Amino acid sequence: MEHVFTMFMEGVFTQNLALSLFLGMCTFFAVSKKVGAAFGLGIAVTVVQAITLPVNNLLYNYVLREGALAWTGVPALASLDLSFLAFITFIGVIAAIVQILEMTLDRFFPPLYNALGIFLPLITVNCAIMGGSLFMQQRDYNFADSCLYGLFSGIGWALAIVIFAGIREKMEYCHVPKGLRGLGIAFMAAGLLATAFMTFSGM
Amino acid sequence: MNSAVKENIVQPLFKNNPVFVQLLGICSALAVTTNLNNAFTMTLAVVFVTAFSNVGVSLIRKIIPGSIRMIVEMAIIATLVILVDQILKAFSYNLSKQLSVYVGLIITNCIVMGRAEAFAIKNGPTVSLLDGIGNGLGYGVVLMIVAFFRELFGFGTLFGFTVLKTVNNGGWYVPNGLMVLAPAAFFLIGGIIWVLKTYGKGMQDDE
Repeated sequence: MEHVFTMFMEGVFTQNLALSLFLGMCTFFAVSKKVGAAFGLGIAVTVVQAITLPVNNLLYNYVLREGALAWTGVPALASLDLSFLAFITFIGVIAAIVQILEMTLDRFFPPLYNALGIFLPLITVNCAIMGGSLFMQQRDYNFADSCLYGLFSGIGWALAIVIFAGIREKMEYCHVPKGLRGLGIAFMAAGLLATAFMTFSGM
Repeated sequence: MNSAVKENIVQPLFKNNPVFVQLLGICSALAVTTNLNNAFTMTLAVVFVTAFSNVGVSLIRKIIPGSIRMIVEMAIIATLVILVDQILKAFSYNLSKQLSVYVGLIITNCIVMGRAEAFAIKNGPTVSLLDGIGNGLGYGVVLMIVAFFRELFGFGTLFGFTVLKTVNNGGWYVPNGLMVLAPAAFFLIGGIIWVLKTYGKGMQDDE
């Protein structure tokens, strides 16, 4: 239980994908003008992250890594190290899963598709998803851990963008120096938010 | 031809900078800028990938079916990034450890994909090469500026050489710990945008 809690704190707060690792920044700034849209994108990222990470984990552990193909029983395959193919495999899996998710939602849950549909294509090139998979590979997570990490890091990203969108909505009514209006102040606000998230690292 | 060269390389450096103006590829711009060495390596990597993915896409632009062009572009980019990663691991293992996942993340760097999609798919290979180099450099300029400040004030060094002697080494400069942490990158980029919008010609928003 303690392990799960540590993973939770790390994924959501101290190692927040958006604010401390700078992943998914393009969409983070582009889609955070309204809380509603930010919420939709956050949910979409969480769902995709929670599905792709375990899938990539299985692929990496049973196909790509050194000696991973030993289960086939073919000696020529057993000594193969395909880990250099990790990048292209992960991005392929992500693109495929986003596509499948989009079609499934469209077919079985039209209301959900209408709400999330426009965000899904954006997710393929969202570095938060790719980054999650690469961290999984680097930190050598097992299957259970990768499920947890996928879920928590997705939640962390969603939380960050929703809070950030809230701040930006409020900022509409503030008096900001001329040159700093728009993007400039958005960066400053993100910096302050990142400071806030960092304070959790003492726990 | 000369003016085309100039335009394609110089435009993206400031006036049409991919990071500040087009808001692309910020992820890695913030993450690898704690010191100049990392930023410089990352710049080289991105220039290489953007330039050659542009050339690749541009060469086969007439035979890619429209419906699958994203996947084709992705495959070209991913191949180039794998190359960069393998070269880094072979010749400069420490650096590749420091850059960690951010080398792999060049794949999802929107600059690369964005240029392939917006420019290379419609233009010839030579111009695309220049456009790729220009945009890669435009991204690099931002990286170097941010890294310059973060390394100078965070560690008192530039490219690893001591400039401001820190207190720990018997000098006078107290390193600013905030500069090394994540929020500083946000503040710096925000500040640079502020300066550019106030003093840069033609960069003001029409409000």
